[in-house]
Amino acid sequence: MQITLKNLERNYSNVHAVRGVSLNIPENRIFGIIGLSGAGKSTLVRLVSLLEKPDSGEVWYDSQRVDNLPEKEIIQRRRNIGMIFQNFNLFSSRTAGQNIAYPMEICKYPKDKIASRVSELLELVGLSDKADAPISTLSGGQKQRIAIARALACKPDILFCDEATSALDPKTTQSILALIKDIQRKMNLTVVMITHQMEVVRDACDYVAVLSEGTVVEEGTVKDLFAHPKTNVTKEFLSHLTTNAANVREDGVVIWSDLPARFTLRFLNDRVETPVISDIIREFDVIFNISGAGIQKVGDSKMGTMVCDITGSPEAVNAAIAAMRERGVTVEEVQQ
Amino acid sequence: MSGLTPAIWKLIWESTLQTLQMVSLSTLFSVILGLPLGILLCVTAPGRDAGIRPKPVLNEILSRIVNILRSFPFIILIIVLFPLSRLIVGTAIGTKSTIVPLSIAAAPFVARIVETSLKEVDHGVIQAARAMGSTDTQIVFKVLLPEALPSLISGLTLTIINLIGYSAMAGAVGGGGLGDLAIRYGYQRFRPEVMAVAVIIILVLVEVIQFIGNRISARMMSKR
Repeated sequence: MQITLKNLERNYSNVHAVRGVSLNIPENRIFGIIGLSGAGKSTLVRLVSLLEKPDSGEVWYDSQRVDNLPEKEIIQRRRNIGMIFQNFNLFSSRTAGQNIAYPMEICKYPKDKIASRVSELLELVGLSDKADAPISTLSGGQKQRIAIARALACKPDILFCDEATSALDPKTTQSILALIKDIQRKMNLTVVMITHQMEVVRDACDYVAVLSEGTVVEEGTVKDLFAHPKTNVTKEFLSHLTTNAANVREDGVVIWSDLPARFTLRFLNDRVETPVISDIIREFDVIFNISGAGIQKVGDSKMGTMVCDITGSPEAVNAAIAAMRERGVTVEEVQQ
Repeated sequence: MSGLTPAIWKLIWESTLQTLQMVSLSTLFSVILGLPLGILLCVTAPGRDAGIRPKPVLNEILSRIVNILRSFPFIILIIVLFPLSRLIVGTAIGTKSTIVPLSIAAAPFVARIVETSLKEVDHGVIQAARAMGSTDTQIVFKVLLPEALPSLISGLTLTIINLIGYSAMAGAVGGGGLGDLAIRYGYQRFRPEVMAVAVIIILVLVEVIQFIGNRISARMMSKR
């Protein structure tokens, strides 16, 4: 199911939450929407998932306009949408299995069909032994798995993930993302992931839109965004990613020196394997002082990041930078 | 305790049964009246704590009615409701007819308790239920009420205990029961031992109800 947003607007008394968002969310892909808190992500997802009506603008699912449907049809439409949340939002009055049964109960599935689908879904999320477990006995990751199973119960065509991994530790986040990717392929879902974590976008999404102050400031494939970030908002997100990575991750993405450096270089795909820096040093009279570097996987491509100082005469430095850009390296100067 | 003859004990037993009858029936009717009212108060709430279907005017009207009923002194309410009791039960005096003012006095209390319990249900859970395509009725009966059940049970316990207190007061206007006994024998006929027994029985009733209520509520929570 393809989702099209046309010039969506939504205001709260005096806060301008979403202003003029137009997006094309392709079907059978994982689409990330990233933004800081207050950027309008939550409002946007509530508009797209039909939980709230926009003040103006349109929401289209394939060739049907859905934001102006009458109440009854909106309720029907919601039954074909799955949604998971940061706080899981499971029913504490129900066991894990009964939580998964809920959406089927409200859609009036026959009882025996519910029972068989519940065990099928428990197996899909790897928690077959937890059918009768009270919710409070489950870990965060298990709760999100149950929530995913519940969201998929009525075989939706869209899955919305509203900060679905923000309350989880990095390891659990990875396993939940892997599960979402897996079911996306199995069920041909259109997945929309709202997040403030660049790791989530990097590890799970195909496309991404960057949201800032209620508008989309940048969008495209995740690969492009990582290689050629255009706006400061995006660069900011990417810089957090590398900093965090150096401190916590085991795959050695970037190792930092404590010295501040002026430039960030980004290499994509075959550039990663090419000795660009050596060539530049031979050609120009400049010295590189590298304070951090590493390679990470972005989807199925590779991406190198290097943080360094380049010294020499200003002309030589400028010429070196121009030459690197010519060779497909993105060079950013850090504002100090 | 020479005054506690078998005849008096029989009287005490009958009064206890009357109290139990008054309390149980008025609990039942106050819940029948108060539960839907409480649900409506929660569902129609406007503003920051908005319910699933905000209706500011209706909410304001209901809220006012509840407040007015709750601010009435119970003894006055009984007198005001004499005609209604007469209409429903056929008489304004006696155990059965006090059930009418008792139920009406407790209903707004129940409504407020239901309202507060339902409002405590996590908004995220309600949002999830809406996102799955629940109708308003399904949210009320399949989400709000089950999620709030332990808190509703505590509220019900409180209501029953309040009604035991109220029912003792109803004795003053000929309602029968332990309160009536305590006043007529204990106070008006200077039989403090009868008053003491009546008070002790009321005390025991309150303790037992509170104990059972706590147990049920705790057991529910332990299964969640």
